[in-house]
Amino acid sequence: MEIPRDDLVAMYATMAKIRYFEERIKEIYYEDKLPAFDIAAGPIPGEMHLAAGQEPVAVGVMPHLRPGDAITATHRPHHVAIAQGVDLKQMAAEIFGKDTGLGHGKGGHMHLFSVEPSFGCSGIIGEGMPVACGAALAFKKQGKDNVAISFFGEGAANQGAFHESLNLAALWNLPVVFICEDNEFAISVPKSASTAIADNSDRASAYGMPGVLVPDNDPVGVYEAAGEAIRRARDGRGPSLIEVRTLRLWGHFEGDADAYRSDEYKQAMGDKDPMVRYPERLISEGILTPADADALKKAAHEEVDEAIEFARSSPYPAPEDALKHVFA
Amino acid sequence: MTATMTERKLTMQKAIAEAIGQEMERDDTVFVMGEDVAVYGGIFGATEGLYDRFGGERVMDTPISETGFIGAAVGAAVHGMRPIAELMFVDFFGVCMDQIYNNMAKIHYFSGGNVKVPMVLTTAVGGGYSDAGQHSQTLWGTFAHLPGMKVVVPSSAYDAKGLMISAIRDDNPVVYMFHKGALGLGWMTNNPHATGPVPEEPYTVPIGKANVVREGTDITIATIGLSVHRALDAAETLAADGISAEILDLRSLVPLDRDAIVESVKKTHRLLVVDEDYRSFGMSGEVITTAIEGAFDYLDAPPGRIAEPDVPIPYSRPMEQFALPDVDKIVSGSRAMMSA
Repeated sequence: MEIPRDDLVAMYATMAKIRYFEERIKEIYYEDKLPAFDIAAGPIPGEMHLAAGQEPVAVGVMPHLRPGDAITATHRPHHVAIAQGVDLKQMAAEIFGKDTGLGHGKGGHMHLFSVEPSFGCSGIIGEGMPVACGAALAFKKQGKDNVAISFFGEGAANQGAFHESLNLAALWNLPVVFICEDNEFAISVPKSASTAIADNSDRASAYGMPGVLVPDNDPVGVYEAAGEAIRRARDGRGPSLIEVRTLRLWGHFEGDADAYRSDEYKQAMGDKDPMVRYPERLISEGILTPADADALKKAAHEEVDEAIEFARSSPYPAPEDALKHVFA
Repeated sequence: MTATMTERKLTMQKAIAEAIGQEMERDDTVFVMGEDVAVYGGIFGATEGLYDRFGGERVMDTPISETGFIGAAVGAAVHGMRPIAELMFVDFFGVCMDQIYNNMAKIHYFSGGNVKVPMVLTTAVGGGYSDAGQHSQTLWGTFAHLPGMKVVVPSSAYDAKGLMISAIRDDNPVVYMFHKGALGLGWMTNNPHATGPVPEEPYTVPIGKANVVREGTDITIATIGLSVHRALDAAETLAADGISAEILDLRSLVPLDRDAIVESVKKTHRLLVVDEDYRSFGMSGEVITTAIEGAFDYLDAPPGRIAEPDVPIPYSRPMEQFALPDVDKIVSGSRAMMSA
């Protein structure tokens, strides 16, 4: 499959934006929290689940999306939201709990909602999967060729919501694509200790839909698999399941000692960091020069820095705004 | 419009189905999904006749996957549809409550008001016919406790139609609970209160406004659902004793018409709450608190309550009847309060 150069380059630029965003959030997250870690302190309080290493899963899908397509993501949502083009300033501001945030500070980093592009995520494992089915059902009823994409982790594949959603999607021939971000660990529990089969993509056959495994955290592999699945969905040929072997380079949440993964495991992960491998590949294939890659990275960093600055300098919501928006 | 302007009478069940059908005619984005809602017409008839009129695209039978299809209703509502999802018995909420209280009820808030979830979750509630502890609960207090969803419980055919139309047109998630004993179903105990005048044209009954279904001066009986019927029958007996009971049908728990409770108590100086839900931490405590906060100086007696005594609903008839509110309990509770 011939992939347009622009897409390959855009995928790198987005990966650079995601990684730098996560690095900046990580750094700011620890401000005022140390030396005795206090989860409630600092400019970004609460739990923080960062997606360094999982960039390929998000950026491989993005080039195939059109206006009006819907995404549901997980408690680890930043990479997907950034790849889809959710407003970066409003997203950063939401993470900082500011009034200028996507939800005026009501949701925080696990509850990012955007209308255009249509993005939602959730702190409950598997919760977004039925919602994606419903978005796809709406598109079908409205005669649109839009698709819904549901991102979920390999831990969610053992939730009832996963199985109910796959069955509904196949039963109703819905334009939905399920994308399993298999980072091998549900917090501390490895997939081998939670899942009776090796490949969740095999579960697709139980629901009569294609199941594709993308090994090795490969953005191009994701691009190809997602392209085919999204084309099928747009053409009215129904849902697909894609499983991507990806990497959670950091702990489950910030502050996680990550003692359940061996040094050897972490070393091996670091050696496969997609932010190293992917640009190397693009350069070796002559798609980018090192100077191009640096320029793209620099532009991405500037955009992120601007968004972070916007978030930092934005006002907090008034305390009594807590009472607004329970009902429309 | 008042109910006396029309001669046509319907059961509550038929009034609900008529309301849904009329809204489906008016608005293409309204559709129904749930278990046995299509060919069967809903186990309690809430969608009777709609499959024949609108077809399977708009009246969709679902697998027994409440998490799946209620979550799908949320997604469809976010994307421009107005789904009505039926949870066959409210008791089944245990398998899908995450989609209801963590998702349906919170998305609008999380989004800072940017995302709307205009959907109706219909569900059958209530006992009294020996269906035991997993098919007889009302649980409206549980739903009302959790922010972000309106909770509506009609007691008459007229209200059932008007509240359903309001619920479908509402931009918020509305949990619409119908009491099985109030629907006028041929296979439930005959209930004359279940049938009443219903205008043929569409109309709305506002959500959040209680209704004084019988005026009185001596005691306020505040209640909801089938217990409105029980209270009306009790009021007849009490009237023969010379006790004038005012019956306040709350009609919704969210929003709760607190002004109506306070106003009625200021008039009658006594409050008895009748609740077919569990006694503790629920509707009866909330209504009594409302009266104490708003009309403390007007009360001539401590408020009382008749409610399910914090036990699972028992199966065997004598035990179930012991546990549930009935006319005799309301009569004796009212008399005791009057002589206090």
